[in-house]
Amino acid sequence: MATDDAVSARTEPSPVVAALRDAAMWGLITLLLTGPVVGLGTVASSGTYGFIQRWPLVFSMTAIAFAVRFILMMTVWRRRGAPAPRKVVADLPKSLDSLRKLFIPVFVLLAFAYPFISVFVAGGMTPGRYWIDLGVLVLTYILLGWGLNIVVGLAGLLDLGYVAFYAVGAYTFALLSMNYDLSFWVCLPIAGIIAAMFGVLLGFPVLRLRGDYLAIVTLAFGEIIRLVLINWREFTGGASGINRIPRPSFFGFEFVPSGPTSFAQFFGITHSPVHRLIFFYYVTLLLAFVVLIITIRLRRLPIGRAWEALREDEIACRSLGISVVNTKLTAFSLGAMFGGFAGTVFAARQGYISPQDFTFLTSALVLAIVVLGGLGSNLGVVFSAAVLVGGVEMLRNLGFLKQIFGNDFDPTTYRMLIFGVLMVVIMVWRPRGLISSRSPSVFLTERKTVSAAMVHEGRG
Amino acid sequence: MNETRDLILDVEHLTMRFGGLVAIGDLSFQAHRGEITAIIGPNGAGKTTVFNCITGFYKPTEGRIALVHGDPAVLAEIDRATIEGHQFLRTDKGALFLLERMADYRVSQYARVARTFQNIRLFGGMTLLENLMVAQHNKLMVASGYTALALVGLGGYGRHEREAIDKARYWLNRVGLIDRADEPAAALSYGAQRRLEIARAMCTDPVLLCLDEPAAGLNPRESSELSDLLLFIRREHQTSILLIEHDMSVVMEISDHVVVLDYGRKISDGSPAAVRSDPNVIAAYLGVEEDEVEDVVQEVSA
Repeated sequence: MATDDAVSARTEPSPVVAALRDAAMWGLITLLLTGPVVGLGTVASSGTYGFIQRWPLVFSMTAIAFAVRFILMMTVWRRRGAPAPRKVVADLPKSLDSLRKLFIPVFVLLAFAYPFISVFVAGGMTPGRYWIDLGVLVLTYILLGWGLNIVVGLAGLLDLGYVAFYAVGAYTFALLSMNYDLSFWVCLPIAGIIAAMFGVLLGFPVLRLRGDYLAIVTLAFGEIIRLVLINWREFTGGASGINRIPRPSFFGFEFVPSGPTSFAQFFGITHSPVHRLIFFYYVTLLLAFVVLIITIRLRRLPIGRAWEALREDEIACRSLGISVVNTKLTAFSLGAMFGGFAGTVFAARQGYISPQDFTFLTSALVLAIVVLGGLGSNLGVVFSAAVLVGGVEMLRNLGFLKQIFGNDFDPTTYRMLIFGVLMVVIMVWRPRGLISSRSPSVFLTERKTVSAAMVHEGRG
Repeated sequence: MNETRDLILDVEHLTMRFGGLVAIGDLSFQAHRGEITAIIGPNGAGKTTVFNCITGFYKPTEGRIALVHGDPAVLAEIDRATIEGHQFLRTDKGALFLLERMADYRVSQYARVARTFQNIRLFGGMTLLENLMVAQHNKLMVASGYTALALVGLGGYGRHEREAIDKARYWLNRVGLIDRADEPAAALSYGAQRRLEIARAMCTDPVLLCLDEPAAGLNPRESSELSDLLLFIRREHQTSILLIEHDMSVVMEISDHVVVLDYGRKISDGSPAAVRSDPNVIAAYLGVEEDEVEDVVQEVSA
């Protein structure tokens, strides 16, 4: 024993030295990173730009990094010397999975009560408006996420141009209601069907493509739709978009202050523009539930299993008599249809759409929602949409930080930085998404979740 | 040999060229109903290519592959079907399929030829039960009214689904994996994955089951269990089996008929005993140049 200790003492430096060395490394990295980024700043002064230097800030950041690392090495990671390599995939997502049953009823209740909670907490209709609007936005992204989840999560087809179907849905509603005076409820299914047709249109040429190639073509498809919308001025209004899209009515009652069909007058309440927003919230919520129920049912039907089988192994599917063409096209068209629904809601809520609403960034955000939520998980999409859309919007409300850092500090400029860090942290913590385990569509004795390590991510 | 054996598969002049490489050259052989036909040959002889042609994964360069359901008399129609350009013909007594014209999934769906793969292809992230349910996809699609009816809860899909689960349960019992029905297929051991792949192929109700090296990587006990399983399938389900295999103990024990390939050509065809003593086969397996075959034959027979 004594000789063993002597050997290890000779070969391994003492914990303090190791910790100092490690912390110094971290300090150096911090110095290198913050040096150019934080140390030098530009200021506009009398028509020209000048440099300012903030070296004390750089050195204090370096010192903080050094100290934090050293303290962690000496305390939390002391016995292991360094953080143990984390497992790539957590065995059991206990934190979320076991609570799933409890979460769902709470979620549903919360979703239904949300507009009233917002109005109550914010203290009145007008201050509550912002929160309800945010709720509609999150719901729209949940709708989009569920649609894309069918294509990417279940069928394993990487689609980077999903925004195209969102745009098709929005423009279908806008053009039909402007030109033919059709109501929202008539346009909604039509927009869904036309978006689904565009899904088939995209599906056919990409049937034989996989992986990266599929992603590139779908990306191009998204851009083509956007460019057509910009350039076909006579039809789509070009870059200036379509304005004054008619708002949907509540069973024939319109959200106007007075008149024979006024909602407020009929129900004997004071008119508020927020009524329409609350109505919209429920329309979107209803649509989300319909989409959710359809998705859950489809997953348990042969078509849903075929999508997942396609993600797992396309050749095996063909050997079992499954038509890959039909399976891929149904996945594309259903995903597109849900995207079309979301687009219709978006156009009706905004009242104004332009090609700028349908850039690649939206596709990327929806894909991030799906990936972050965990491929194939509907609940995961809800979580990640709340975080990526709602949470990032929340970061606008960091005014209180001014009290800490002084009035010169503008917290909103750090919004996207925090967003980026947050995404990195989540993906390191759960590389296969928030809910990474797969729940089988059918079981014999007991429904055991399948660990993400077993599930393929799909190569298109 | 029984002369009244019914023909099920008739391969004529099958040729498959990849550019200048002739993978299969003018191969003709027949398989009979209720028999186990083995295709053997050294590595690279073109065995898997033959399978890929039969199951529609490759389009052969030349040749005709006919599969018969029911009365073999439908084979009389083969020339008419070929000239008139049909993929298949149905008569009141049986049906004739020209497999070389059919796409892979249609070979499985209509001609009911099932296959397994040399490198196992299971749906790893899906449970054993789900794997067997996917195999019954086409039947269940019809039962679910192509999704539309079952989505709104009409058309008695539940009953059909229970039947499909019963069938899956039967096969899981048969391959000894019933206790692991709700586990992911990727969690199974190699031997169990091979058995599951056969069970999955059988869930498509095939008339012809094509197995690509089912005994590869199995230990002797597992090999012998595999032989029992294949004999059971032939006996109880009247499924004809086409088998690629390197494990000669399995081939000799269970096959009724052996076809030997070398460099894409058939060098021997007959009963296991006849093939085993065929000097051409011995020469091929020993790797002898063509002009030395005579010498080896003399040596071996001496």
